[in-house]
Formats: sequence, C-alpha cells, structure tokens
Amino acid sequence: MSDIASRVKAIIVDKLGVDETEVAPEASFTNDLGADSLDTVELIMEFEKEFNIAIPDDQAENIGTVGDAISYIEENAK
Amino acid sequence: MELKRVVVTGLGAITPLGKTVEETWTNLVNGVSGSAPIARFDTSKFKTKFACEVKDYDPKEYFDRKEVRKLDIYAQFALIAADQAVADAELDSEGIDQNEVGVIWGTGIGGIKTFLDEAVDYAKGDGTPRLSPFFIPKMIADIAPGHISMKYGYRGPNFGTVSACASSTNAIGEAYNLIRLGKANAFVTGGSEAAINEAGVGGFNSMQALSTRNDDPQTASRPFDKGRDGFVMGEGGVSLILEEYEHAVARGAKIYCEVVGAGMTADAHHLTAPHPEGLGAKRVMVNALKDNGIDPSEVDYINVHGTSTPLGDIAETKAIKEVFGDHAYKLNISSTKSMTGHLLGAAGAIESMACILAINNDIVPPTINHFEDDPDIDNKLNFTFHKAQERKVKVALSNTFGFGGHNASVVFKAL
Repeated sequence: MSDIASRVKAIIVDKLGVDETEVAPEASFTNDLGADSLDTVELIMEFEKEFNIAIPDDQAENIGTVGDAISYIEENAK
Repeated sequence: MELKRVVVTGLGAITPLGKTVEETWTNLVNGVSGSAPIARFDTSKFKTKFACEVKDYDPKEYFDRKEVRKLDIYAQFALIAADQAVADAELDSEGIDQNEVGVIWGTGIGGIKTFLDEAVDYAKGDGTPRLSPFFIPKMIADIAPGHISMKYGYRGPNFGTVSACASSTNAIGEAYNLIRLGKANAFVTGGSEAAINEAGVGGFNSMQALSTRNDDPQTASRPFDKGRDGFVMGEGGVSLILEEYEHAVARGAKIYCEVVGAGMTADAHHLTAPHPEGLGAKRVMVNALKDNGIDPSEVDYINVHGTSTPLGDIAETKAIKEVFGDHAYKLNISSTKSMTGHLLGAAGAIESMACILAINNDIVPPTINHFEDDPDIDNKLNFTFHKAQERKVKVALSNTFGFGGHNASVVFKAL
C-alpha cells in the first residue's frame, strides 16, 4: 500500500469512526461508510490539510469512494 | 379556555456532584462541595484555578467516537441528562405520541469550547478558512434540543432558551406554559452548560465575577458569607420531564410533584449588576406565585440564585423580605451553588431538581461554607447553613437571575 493510501485510510478511519477493514478502495463514503454530506466535506478538507493541496468543489464532487480519493491525491499532491 | 395542569414525571442529571440524580441528590443533602482544581486545562496563567467540574468525565462511556466528534460537551451533557430523564419517565415507551412531545432546552452560551478550538485553529493557519463543516452545528445554542428530538423522534415544539444564568428556568417555564395551553402532552426540558475552558474562565475572570480563593477551592462558594468573593464555575446537564397531568395519570406515570408557577421579568438596569433593591427579583417571585394563586405564606423553601457574589446576594435577600414579609423568617432558604458551583445556563434546572427532591424527601439541602455573618444581610433569615434540615416541604420556589438583567422563577408543589 502506498504512503498516500495509508494516510488517506487513516483519516477516513479517524473521521468516520469505521474499522480499517471496511475502508476498501471501492467503498463509497456515503453508501458504505455511513458518511453524510457534512462528513464528506470534512473528509475533503482533511485531505487538503494532510496533503497541502486545494481540491476545487467541482473536483470534490467526483470523489465518492476511497479509491477516488487515493487516485486524485496521487495525481495532484506535490 | 381552561388551562391544563402540569406535573414532573422524570429527572436526569450529570453534575459536579455525580453522574446520576441519586448521586447528585445524596451529595447535596450531605453538604458535599464539588469544587476542585481544574483538571481540564492548564490554569497556571489564570486568576482562578478551580471550578466544579463533572469529575472523571469520559465521553466515550456515553457516545461512540464518531458521535463525540460531532457533539460539543454542552450537547453531550444535554443528551446524557435527557436520556436518564426519558428513561425515568418511561417517555420512550409504546403508546407515547411522539408528535405531542417537545423539547425546550436552556444554555447560557452553547458550544463555547467548539468556538474556541476552531478560532485557535484558524488563527494558527495562513488565513485560509478551513473551518470544520461541524463547527456551526456543534456550537449553536439550539442544537441540544435538536439532538434530543432526533434521538427519540419527538416532533413537538422544539427550541432553545438563552437568558444567561436564567436560561434553563426559562426553558422549564416555557414547557410549563405550552403544556398548560395544550400545545403538547409532554416536554423534555432542562439545561446544560460546559464553559470551564480557557475562554469561559478567562472571560468571567476579566469581569471579576469568579472567586479567586485558590488556596481553598472547597470553601470558595460561600453565598451570604461576609467573605464571599465571587461565584465558582460549575458545569453539567439536568433534565426534567414535564407532562400534562391527565396524560401522566392515564399512563400510570410516577409523579414527583406539580409545577404551579413560572415568572419572568427584567431588571432593565445594568449589564451584569442586579438592581440594588432587587426590583426585578421581587416582581419575578410575585409573578410566579400569582400563576396559580399561591400565597407567599404557603412557600416552605426557596432555592435562591445566591451565587456568592457581593451584590447579588444582598439584592436577592432584600427582594425575598419584601415579597414574603414576616413569613420570610419562617421559610427555609438555601443556595445549593455553595456545593455545585454555578452551572450558569443549567443552574435553573439543577436547582429546580433540588426543589422537586426537597418536596419528595421533606428535606432541605444546605448552604455550606458559612463562616462569618455579613452585616448587610439579615441573618435572622434561615439560610439552612452547614447542614440539611428536615422539614415538610409542600411548596418550593427556585430563583435564577442572568447577566443582561433576566429574572426567572418557577414554583413546584406537592401533589
């Protein structure tokens, strides 16, 4: 597992209070991990802080799964 | 239209004296002080280094990790107290029409810890506003009744009351009035406060409102004593279930007592100082008694606001003497803040609970920490100093007065 993937997963486990084993690449924040719209906003903000990036709202809308988040950050993190 | 009768059918409490109603009441009757050095933050640079905290509080005992992050500690106290009260009243049992149950909850400040943490975080950054999406819904003073309604599905009237240290008395008064008017069958009411943090203690210190008796925290809250030097901050949550009398009887609910009056007035005088003659305090007691034509001579016990501040205690004593005349010398007066500290927006709720349990147990909890009479206070009054006093308590009145000049009183009567 890449460094980015493990850091993303750690944030999700912390913020959503889910078990690490549930945080599979295909897991959807809202459908599988119990997040509501505010949780999702918070996750995006935490990714921004952790990786020192800015995720525009129109991009954030496309990040719906754990895998989406990891690939977006792998492409955009400096 | 005939007004309905209102009774108390449930209680819940998490306070500096215990995490249940029973534990809190036992300590109140035994004259135990809840004051101690502050454990929650580093007080080395603060003028006041002690308070009445809820001891050994661990939110994980009550909430899962995800819930804790979304609940300011003031809302946590609200949910814990409401949970106990709902269980005590069996208000979540089948047959309860959830559309006819409301929630009215008092807090003086709401989520001040959340506000402080977010502001500090923001100030540490580069100016980019990365505020948590939970910042506002954690902080706002109405979110506690919102959470309680969501937990139990209560869809009746739902709002918060804010009148500083009178907040939860106003909540109880509103619940009482709305039940009298037939707007709901029952209310979860009460209040919670959690302001023992750098902002709360620092802010009240700047106002010179807090006791600075750091060498002896347990005797610092000394209402009506000559050496009183300010109030001691408390925190916690206390909940009452108020219910329409016939509704309570029909379902065989346990009834603690009746609510027979609620008064509300303003001093219109000063930001923080009480009216020197206690004019607003006098009228609020008169108004509360008038609701159901209770004669002042029927009152057995007054749980006073009595915060242990130099001016407030004098003004309240004057008001009591004016309202009650000679009877003032026959009734029991006590300030349970001598033990609990000042729970601010939750003061009215914990002190109403003290009145209710005084009626149920025929015992008046004491005013502890009396060392020297104050010549400006009539010491022929019975302040129930030092020890609880056994007494048949049929009618009890609770006073609360808030910064801003808000006064609120409620009256309870044995059924």
